[in-house]
Amino acid sequence: MTAIVHQPLGGKVFTKPFLILGLLALIGAYFILRRFLFGLGDVSHMSNGYPLGVWVAVDVVIGTAFGCGGYAMALLVYIFNRNTYHPLMRPALLSGVFGYTLAGLAVMIDLGRYWNAFNLLLPWYAQLNSVIFEVALCVMAYTTVLWIEFWPAFLERMPPAFKQRFKLDRLQVFLKRYLYLFIGLGVLLPTMHQSSLGSVLLIMGSKLSPLWYTTWLPLLFLVSALAMGYAVVLLEATLTSRGFRLPEESALLTPLSKVAAGVLALFLIVRFGALLAGGHLGLAFAGDVRGNLFLIETALFLAPIIILASPARRSSQRLRFLAAVSLLAGGSLYRINAYLMAVDPGNGWTYFPSAPELMITVGVVCLEIMLYLLFIKTLPVLPGVHKT
Amino acid sequence: MTMNRRQFLRGAAASAVAAVAAPAAEAAAFGPREPKPLPPKAVGMLYDSTLCIGCKACVSACKQANGMPAEQPEQLAAWNEETWDAAEDISGKTLNVIRVYQNGTMEQKDREKDGYAFVKRHCLHCVDPSCISVCPVSAMQKNPETGIVTHNPDACIGCRYCVYGCPFNVPQYQFDETFGQIAKCQFCNHLQKQGKLPACCDVCPTGASLFGLVADLQVEAQRRLALKPGETTQFPRGKLGGDRSSHEAPVGHYQPHVYGETESGGTQVRYLSGVPHEKLGLPELPGHSYAAVSEGMQHTLYKGMIAPLALLGGLVVLARRGVKQNEDEPDHDEDQQP
Repeated sequence: MTAIVHQPLGGKVFTKPFLILGLLALIGAYFILRRFLFGLGDVSHMSNGYPLGVWVAVDVVIGTAFGCGGYAMALLVYIFNRNTYHPLMRPALLSGVFGYTLAGLAVMIDLGRYWNAFNLLLPWYAQLNSVIFEVALCVMAYTTVLWIEFWPAFLERMPPAFKQRFKLDRLQVFLKRYLYLFIGLGVLLPTMHQSSLGSVLLIMGSKLSPLWYTTWLPLLFLVSALAMGYAVVLLEATLTSRGFRLPEESALLTPLSKVAAGVLALFLIVRFGALLAGGHLGLAFAGDVRGNLFLIETALFLAPIIILASPARRSSQRLRFLAAVSLLAGGSLYRINAYLMAVDPGNGWTYFPSAPELMITVGVVCLEIMLYLLFIKTLPVLPGVHKT
Repeated sequence: MTMNRRQFLRGAAASAVAAVAAPAAEAAAFGPREPKPLPPKAVGMLYDSTLCIGCKACVSACKQANGMPAEQPEQLAAWNEETWDAAEDISGKTLNVIRVYQNGTMEQKDREKDGYAFVKRHCLHCVDPSCISVCPVSAMQKNPETGIVTHNPDACIGCRYCVYGCPFNVPQYQFDETFGQIAKCQFCNHLQKQGKLPACCDVCPTGASLFGLVADLQVEAQRRLALKPGETTQFPRGKLGGDRSSHEAPVGHYQPHVYGETESGGTQVRYLSGVPHEKLGLPELPGHSYAAVSEGMQHTLYKGMIAPLALLGGLVVLARRGVKQNEDEPDHDEDQQP
């Protein structure tokens, strides 16, 4: 039996990679400033043919799927009672915290009339038929839940005297006691909004290629987000163990990779089932851009299933890592395709993001990684010390 | 704690199944919601491409009536600034535009091959609008009587899903502005309140843009389709059934279809054309609005919030058990202890 304690990793915060990330984040910040001074058109190539660009497709739609590690693990650990995976819970939660918080930041950059954003919370403006309304409220609520779920990490780090003085120890007891409520919410809310990120596209109709458009979009987005959540946990566990020379939890990651492959297989069954039922699979071999994108996507999804099908390959750290990367690439491409590349608004519109637009996305991602590094070094997140 | 293979498989399968079972069961029973009916006093426009002479008086009048700025290609903008306008398409500055279809030698008007034809682009005021369905803050509104689709910039958060979801690419965000807003034709709602006609219909010299009640306009469109091409007939101007003089002109070689009668669940602006409608940028669309598909899904999954609340209840019970067992077991985390 192994008892696992979450511990701050310690070590220098301002390392060279951290400073490089910081530089990229600063470049992003410069363009964010320009966006607010001169408008969206000054920094982005978005148009009225492609009114959504990489900020929505990458920072929000892909970013929150990468943030589904906490959701996917909570489902496994607390709902299906696989306590063995508990050591992986908190780092997964942390990537969720930043995935979602910075998706929120990206939304505020992207909103064309951000000063009215508060209207989302005013009941007399609410439009209950709107999928985006549901996504917006749900993501706001889930971001709050994520911070609450993560809050114990802050509390553990505080000196007992400080906690007593501000009655934070009572908060700790309260959180511990009612944690299950937040866990329940923390599983419900992503189930709702990750599926809704698929429902958003139902309005696109014939603007979206039939290789992506199906009424099963909500289920496809939900299942792929779950698969990506497990893949993020695999990826992040491997990266931290390699990066900080920690022993890897391979006893946990090997079976977890099988869960990821199983969920991914389910995604492909629904995906191809819907395409066959709709009679659109032939478009995949049309040889055009969209058909080829579909084939690349499918290859990226099939690779992890093939890799993880054998127990020998599953227990190899390198192959597990490759499978996770392939799964995440496939899931990301699926999202970019569905939101941008498989969309044809007609009228000759095209879209490719501008450099400043991409730098804002890069900056936001860099900020995310910086905060993650800062938190694992200073707060008890990783299962650092192994006692026997 | 170790888990044997079978236990694990069971857990993995159960987790996958349970995560998708609820939405899947709902989606299986999914159907689009009921189509929306045409409002009782729906007003609209019949645009007859064969009558349009491309004078763009409507574009100019629209700019004046709605206080929109002139639009000039960047490389020419220095020349006689703001005194002329050459919008290529509707945009953040242009609510209404005349575009031209050209083919081959462009010998004859309203002919698909070696011909040309005009088309007017602006909001079609859908019976079941996608923009209203997607808007999270009710910034898009459809008048329950007249059916005019209006936009309220004070509510709008600028998410641009109306731009994304509109099957006709009508709402236009002002990307060039620091504080941009959504621009779209509101059928000169402000003028109609004063008993006036929408500016474009008011100034149209040939009645190519004809204002009226949608039901009457549909009858008028069908009358034109029933006539023999080439024979002369009277074409009303301004408002259908109004007191303006009509004019006599030959009947066009129409495509046998009133565009907007069924497209996307019906639109209040309808089109007659001599060339196929898709050549004029009017897309082929099904007889229902995609808003009905999207809302059908939302209403199935979130009806009375019963499914989400039931799911939450189940999750909380399971999570409570999970947390408790986690604490009882010897390998629990120390963070669980105060």
